Amino acid sequence: MSIHIFLLLTLLTAVAFQLGRMRAFRIAAHSGGLRKMHSLPRHYGSYTALRFAVPAFILAGLVTLFADNIAMHLVWSSLPEQLRTLPEEQAKLLKQVIIHTSANQPAPGNSASATAQAGWQLKQLTTGALRLGWTGSILLGTLSAGLFLKKINCTLPARRTMEKFMWGILAACTGVVIFTTFAIIASVAVEAVRFFQFVSPLEFFFGRTWSPQMAIHAGQVGASGQFGALPVIGGTLMITLIAMLLAVPTGLFTAIYFSEYASSRRRHLLKPILETLAGIPTVVYGFFAVFTVGPLIGHLGLLLDVETSTESALAAGVVIGIMIIPYISSLSDDAIHAVPKRLREGSRGLGATRSETILRVVLPAAMPGIIGSLLLALSRAAGETMIVVMAAGLAGNFSFNPLKSATTVTVQMANLVGGAGTFNTPSTLAAFALGLLLFLFTLAVNIIALHIVRRYHARYQEGM
Amino acid sequence: MEREKMSLLTPSAALRRRYRRDRLFLLAGRLAAVASFSTIGLIFLAILYTSLPAFTQSCIKLPIHFEETAFSNENLDLANYDMLVAQALARVIPGVTDPGEKEELLEMMSPGAAWRLQRMVNSNPKRIGTVQQLWLPASADIDMLRKGKFDRTTPERRRRLSRRQLKWYDQLNAEGRIKRYFNWVFFTAPNSTEAELAGIYGAVKGSLLTMFITLVLSFPLGAGTAIYLQEFAPRNRWTTTINVTISNLAAVPPILYGLLGLAVFINFFHLPRATPLVAGMVLSLMTFPSIIMASRNALAAVPRSVCDAALALGASRMQSITHHILPAAMPGILTGTLLGLAQAFGECAPLLMLGMVAFVGNIPAGITDPATVLPMQIYLWADNSGQGFPEKTAAAIVIMMLFLVIVNTIVLWLRRKFENSHPHTS
Repeated sequence: MSIHIFLLLTLLTAVAFQLGRMRAFRIAAHSGGLRKMHSLPRHYGSYTALRFAVPAFILAGLVTLFADNIAMHLVWSSLPEQLRTLPEEQAKLLKQVIIHTSANQPAPGNSASATAQAGWQLKQLTTGALRLGWTGSILLGTLSAGLFLKKINCTLPARRTMEKFMWGILAACTGVVIFTTFAIIASVAVEAVRFFQFVSPLEFFFGRTWSPQMAIHAGQVGASGQFGALPVIGGTLMITLIAMLLAVPTGLFTAIYFSEYASSRRRHLLKPILETLAGIPTVVYGFFAVFTVGPLIGHLGLLLDVETSTESALAAGVVIGIMIIPYISSLSDDAIHAVPKRLREGSRGLGATRSETILRVVLPAAMPGIIGSLLLALSRAAGETMIVVMAAGLAGNFSFNPLKSATTVTVQMANLVGGAGTFNTPSTLAAFALGLLLFLFTLAVNIIALHIVRRYHARYQEGM
Repeated sequence: MEREKMSLLTPSAALRRRYRRDRLFLLAGRLAAVASFSTIGLIFLAILYTSLPAFTQSCIKLPIHFEETAFSNENLDLANYDMLVAQALARVIPGVTDPGEKEELLEMMSPGAAWRLQRMVNSNPKRIGTVQQLWLPASADIDMLRKGKFDRTTPERRRRLSRRQLKWYDQLNAEGRIKRYFNWVFFTAPNSTEAELAGIYGAVKGSLLTMFITLVLSFPLGAGTAIYLQEFAPRNRWTTTINVTISNLAAVPPILYGLLGLAVFINFFHLPRATPLVAGMVLSLMTFPSIIMASRNALAAVPRSVCDAALALGASRMQSITHHILPAAMPGILTGTLLGLAQAFGECAPLLMLGMVAFVGNIPAGITDPATVLPMQIYLWADNSGQGFPEKTAAAIVIMMLFLVIVNTIVLWLRRKFENSHPHTS
């Protein structure tokens, strides 16, 4: 239904554009040609279209959003007294029932219950309000555009107004993006602060027991709710460390091979593949971890007579490592490739071998870029979710044994709130505290990385 | 003091050592490159190999008698279609009388067999009274047996098929009544608890609806922001802060966006959870930074001379942007948007936080219907230990990767095509 009104309004906007344009042509014909006009006919057209679209769309949007709320309010105030004064929970339920009965129902007879009556009434009122509002929005748009059509003349600066309006739209886009981002960060911070009202930061950062299950009934055994985040942080660090140990050497050598040894044709061919590989959804790697790497480590453990867990930190770490190899090699390759050619030529000219040139000249010059790429990979590894949710465990062990199961910040976050409706308990709020922790960690890493990369750029632009 | 004899033709020991080190270094580089490509190549080969069985479905040929007595009721949906299947099985394998054994016999067929009969009768009631030889889907266990993924040597207690079922299977197979068909169901059905009936269409449609919302929100807002920041915004401390924030946001772990969406969209605005609407909103927050950064780079890459020439000829600032800079930067903006969308398409962590993990057994019709997305479907199936689900998971991954490869190829093509579109640059 609302999609039809949307299409209708779009159509009418196009009509308004044509009307404005034609009107401008006619005025130009009367007053000595297009040269005499301040703006081109299409500017007048766009302005007319705008004069129609802005009020019409805003009103129609508001009506579509709020019609059911207004109708509900009206229906509610016409209900019998004893229903209106119900406690909040029951009132909510009753409203749900009314909304439910309002869908697909014929008119009830006089004998029907109050809720059925109210449901019918709600449906009628909502439809009525929508129709009224939509008609109103078309009328309002037509009025505003019509008044403008009358005003069009040679001196009206339609182009300048249009440009101001477009500037306004662009600035508003920026405003919306910036505002939502900051508002959302603030909302997470607020929830985290609420968590620290339940649990002291001291316990959170230095406690060694993580068992977030809260007692649902008083006196329940084994559900005390302990929020010492050290095992969780430790697990995250261990898995990240395993991943980086695997990925850094492999990724760096791949990057060196790519930028220094591979022929330009091969580089041209393989580089896009590398970039595509860096964009593979992580759930794919998670599947690989569960079905291949996990059992493989289990078999190896049996062979070597070592006790392993089905959900080992090693499996998750290795697969995250594989995941970030393309990331590291692609970014480092960019950094190495950006080193000026004359540095290499100078070094080779002095008799250094290729590897000596790379190790002593090229890599030091590219080092800031490389470190930047490693840090970005680090924050990706630490924030990786799907692989660890699928392949690592839930229980927070404080063991640092990579063959045992380990838990991470992201696993705990997914486990604690996974679609929770309300955030009243410390266990759901704990997810926000962990989220804030993860955010601050990645923020710090990113700021350092960007800082290093920027300094490196500046050094090369100064003219090396 | 005698110096070591030196010759340009025979390298000294030290030089030989250096050369050896050089070769080792090259070897290490080659090995690393081969290792990183082949590991990921192997992952895909393994997944592709695992997925193959999921693209076919074993069917059993049964003589179905659509007897009129079975359709005495006006409402065709109320007829006992399971009984039709059971009767047909009894005709093919006579002599089964024990009710328990009969039950076992019927378990060899998928519940989808009866549903297919129901659909056939509904679409053409004239079938009633006829006898037809039909290929009907077998159960997931029989399907796996047919595909050679069933170990007959396992002791009967731990086996999912009984001795009798194996005997019947062999009998049917010898009669040529079991055959593998292309699995259309997988591409047209929503999720199901039965592996042989589960399909990805519900998830694909959910993904497409979600991507639609993401595109509608993030492309205009992202591109608009980029144009403003690059072309209009004053250069001061505020804009520097904004730039740093945007580049930081591009590297924030995706799961945090799920947390944000949960706190704001669901808990504060009470939007319907687990719908493409909310998922698209959260994913567009995630794609904003990358779209903005890519668009700004594209805008900055357009030579200033283009803009200056337009201004010198009397165009306004806005005209020089909309008529000259924007068209030149459009390929870059579009590729940035496509890459951002591709990333959002495969992202699953934030949706996990939004609670998009529920079982959705039907195909979403609109953006406010409960839905799931393709990566989430993969996650859910990977968690399902039922017969046949690992193959389905792998097949879903293959489909998802196909989507992404197509998007990346388009991006590559766009880039190559517009790479040299400014010959007068620099």
